[in-house]
Amino acid sequence: MTHVLDPDALADPSGAAGTLPDPFADVTRSNDAFRAFLHGLPGVDQVGAQARVTQLGTRSIKTTAKAWAIDTAISMVDLTTLEGSDTPGKVRSLAAKARRPDPEDPTCPPVAAVCVYGDLAGVAKEALAGTGINVAAVATAFPSGRASRAVKLADVRDAVAGGADEIDMVIDRGAFLAGRYLDVFEEIVAVKQACGSAHLKVILETGELVTLDAVRRASWLAMLAGGDFIKTSTGKVSPAATLPVCLVMLEAVRDFRAATGRQVGVKPAGGIRTTKDAVKHLVLINETVGADWLSPDWFRFGASSLLNDLLLQRQKLRTGHYSGPDHVSVD
Amino acid sequence: MTSLFEYAPAPESRSIVDIRPSYGLFIDGEFDEGTGTPLKTVNPATEEVLAEVATGSTEDVDRAVRAARRAFTRVWGPMRPADRGKYLFRIARLLQERAREFAVLETLDNGKPIRESRDVDVPLAAAHFFYHAGWADKLEHAGLGPAPRPLGVAGQVIPWNFPLLMLAWKVAPALATGNTVVLKPAETTPLTALLFAEVCRQADLPAGVVNIVTGAGETGRAVVSHPDVDKVAFTGSTEVGRSIARAVAGTDKRLTLELGGKAANIVFDDAPIDQAVEGIVRGIFFNQGHVCCAGSRLLVQESVHDEVVAALQRRIGTLRVGDPMDKNTDLGAINSAEQLARIRELVAAGDDEGARRWQPEGELPDRGYWFKPTVFTDVSPAQRIARDEVFGPVLSVMTFRTPDEAVAKANNTTYGLSAGIWSEKGSRILSVTSKLRAGVVWANTFNEFDPTSPFGGYKQSGYGREGGRQGLAAYLKGDD
Amino acid sequence: MSDRLAVRKTCKLYLGGAFPRSESGRTYQVHDAKGHFLANAAWASRKDARDAVVAARSAFGTWSGATAYNRGQVLYRVAEVMEGRAAQFAEEVAAGEGLSTAKARAAVDAAIDRWVWYAGWTDKLAAVLGSTNPVAGSYFGFSMPEPTGVVAVLAPQRSSLLGLVSVLAPVLAGGNTAVVVSSKDRPLPAITLGEVLATSDVPGGVVNLLTGDAAEIGPWLAEHADVDAIDLAGAPTQLAMELERSAAGTIKRVLRAGPEEPDWAGDPGLSRLRPFLETKSVWHPIGL
Repeated sequence: MTHVLDPDALADPSGAAGTLPDPFADVTRSNDAFRAFLHGLPGVDQVGAQARVTQLGTRSIKTTAKAWAIDTAISMVDLTTLEGSDTPGKVRSLAAKARRPDPEDPTCPPVAAVCVYGDLAGVAKEALAGTGINVAAVATAFPSGRASRAVKLADVRDAVAGGADEIDMVIDRGAFLAGRYLDVFEEIVAVKQACGSAHLKVILETGELVTLDAVRRASWLAMLAGGDFIKTSTGKVSPAATLPVCLVMLEAVRDFRAATGRQVGVKPAGGIRTTKDAVKHLVLINETVGADWLSPDWFRFGASSLLNDLLLQRQKLRTGHYSGPDHVSVD
Repeated sequence: MTSLFEYAPAPESRSIVDIRPSYGLFIDGEFDEGTGTPLKTVNPATEEVLAEVATGSTEDVDRAVRAARRAFTRVWGPMRPADRGKYLFRIARLLQERAREFAVLETLDNGKPIRESRDVDVPLAAAHFFYHAGWADKLEHAGLGPAPRPLGVAGQVIPWNFPLLMLAWKVAPALATGNTVVLKPAETTPLTALLFAEVCRQADLPAGVVNIVTGAGETGRAVVSHPDVDKVAFTGSTEVGRSIARAVAGTDKRLTLELGGKAANIVFDDAPIDQAVEGIVRGIFFNQGHVCCAGSRLLVQESVHDEVVAALQRRIGTLRVGDPMDKNTDLGAINSAEQLARIRELVAAGDDEGARRWQPEGELPDRGYWFKPTVFTDVSPAQRIARDEVFGPVLSVMTFRTPDEAVAKANNTTYGLSAGIWSEKGSRILSVTSKLRAGVVWANTFNEFDPTSPFGGYKQSGYGREGGRQGLAAYLKGDD
Repeated sequence: MSDRLAVRKTCKLYLGGAFPRSESGRTYQVHDAKGHFLANAAWASRKDARDAVVAARSAFGTWSGATAYNRGQVLYRVAEVMEGRAAQFAEEVAAGEGLSTAKARAAVDAAIDRWVWYAGWTDKLAAVLGSTNPVAGSYFGFSMPEPTGVVAVLAPQRSSLLGLVSVLAPVLAGGNTAVVVSSKDRPLPAITLGEVLATSDVPGGVVNLLTGDAAEIGPWLAEHADVDAIDLAGAPTQLAMELERSAAGTIKRVLRAGPEEPDWAGDPGLSRLRPFLETKSVWHPIGL
């Protein structure tokens, strides 16, 4: 047997992830002050981050651990369709899959949410009534974010009115890369207000931010602005979610909770296609931030084809042989 | 409290290795009985006896050296250099082909995690042979003149911490430069060397080019003091290094030594903190701290001491210790009861001298030789745990205020093998690097090795370099 | 000698990792040293050359970005696969060059050994050709060799395998990608080499082998603004001079040929590695 020496090593040091007084209240008093704060966060060595991720990628997750990981991953999926050609029929089909992912096994857990464009949120909401599965809607001129503030906020309000429980917004990457951090921050604050009781995920579009230093800064910016989740990507830009990016975001939420007492969730999206990928993410969470984030309340996978691969692997564990695409549904 | 995501056992199968009950010596292309009292080699994770291994007597060593001399004079020396290269390419490929077998055997015999044997030791060993194979017919570019010549017979003694890799570091350059070898593996870890002998046969390496004489200290002494050995290469403790240097005094024998260390890992306030913590962990807990170039002293800038130590302790708590054959193990067994006793003695000294010891919560396995990762804070430079090499998973933490103070403290040791420096500022890295008296300096990384990068120490960490173009010089006579 | 009818090979180009016919649809007849028909080879056009340059440029980032160790491993693998095909190569060399079986086999062995020799250079060039520079100031200065980019190679006309390997392997060892125009009259070993490359972990586009006429395609390559260097080994004197003139327009690195094809058996040293390597010098302050 191999022992983790101290399973409590990553537990919440304050004992309760509540809200403490904000030690960062005045960093947003001006763009200069905000810039100094964000640029004062520790840098990230890219090679070192990749090395850590590679090492964690060698974890061998077998038998009972694998079964738990697959079911947990399924329960964390935000089952997604974000195409120009989406129709109510497509959304209803996805919703049916969300509630019963495995046509051959009713014990398979449902997914966490269905993620659609805001104008189809109502269709999804109706199709998922009574299931406890949330409706997440993308808004704020997804995926580019290039529209006026007024248009973006209207987009959010429409989605919320349509029944979205969660809003996935995009940050203004142009403003971020131009150093107008306060503009980006204020927009997130405004969107959070427009969300009402809907829960807000902030998409950083890390593929456009490129450096891990920028990912760390954007993560802190989004959390300070009140985001409930930070999300890697729209899935429309490559590279989308990568493990080093996810590592840096997990470190950010860990440090943020230690500093403020507030827990923020993480959602990698795009490019996560296989069970192996998903399990690597769970290992990353387990060994970076710990068990507190190992639930759909605090971690989601933004994915579409991942679900079928998870189901195939689940079927293999159940039946003992490799499964095939005819045993999962095509949506 | 148990972790929510418990990893199930993920054992690597042992079935790929076929360990014989006993092994002889590999001399002149054949396995034969040694004439000394055999020794037993043990799996340090379980204390199970793995095999009996012959002990080479003085006569056996003499036979091996004569076989190496014959092979040098008649076969290997006159051989076309490109052909020597081809043999080394074959050996490299065979190590790659039999990689899993070597990794499992190394873990069983040494106690290191299978993940490390598989991902570090064996691939690097193959890479060393591959790299040196290409030098065999290019020695006029080695920087030693247009026609450098081999020295003859090399007597090589290697330690137990990276048995196969240390064999590769010794044998590959020796052969590539046209020498033949008599190699003595460490007493507690002979098995991968003996499997390597099989690889030499599979490669059709001519008899006598590589000879493997197992045994303990006496056998090693016989190898290094044999009058017909032209070149001695030793990796091991500084204490034994001194006695070897004394033994070759007044002879024509060339000598290289790779000895102990007490490396400083320097963390500045502008370090990339999360990666620095990984680097500290890698620096002292990789291979259970059984590393001559281990980052065993953490010199952290005082302004970030508490933050770094807290992050370090948090990270150490996630280390997985236990069965080295489990693919998820991070920290394996201590190699022997003797080494465990040494570690305990020094740690007790640390306690006695007033340093503050921290170890993570948790259980260690019952059987086998184990030690928890340990961090001493409030260490002062005069304490034994700041000065003596522990060669185990024990880190001593000290602080500094300015770069000059960091350099002074880092250099304040009779050792000089390696050092680490963590900072996001390039000019500071280069400035500090230029002042560190260490043969290997890692900036924003640690314990990285490559056949192209010369390795070796300053001061009492030894002399000579292994690897790279510079490493060839130890095995050649050129124009200089 | 059996009655079995042989399945004859169709000789195509090796381009972008695939084996297309010439876009021109042309072929030309290849004869052995005695004048007997051997095969119809694809007759590469300027458009094939254009496509080959695109493929080589596209493959350059990955090939030059791989570790030197990885390139060495890939090149060694090529030698392993060549060894398995030695009999086939020997037959083609014997037929094309009019050599005895023994001499052809010796040439093939030498070609494989030469390939191994270059495979062993990839991770040593930096140590031999690079340096740290003790500049007179508080700077860390270093110089490192880097591949120049896409190299056009006009392979020797006479030595159809050993000569070909001798000009191609050094280009690759340095991290460059190549567009090669094979010997016109003796192209078969090049075609087989393309098959070897395709099955040896060499990424598509790193090597592109065009069978055809250096006099026809050479000028297009010499003037091409996205080719960084040109090896004139297979160009006769007059053509070589014209090509060197054309290459001057884009300041290409030019490796001239001698008046006669050399004895490829000799030790080439660094002579074919250096011409296709740039040197990058870097400065960084040393200070607190």
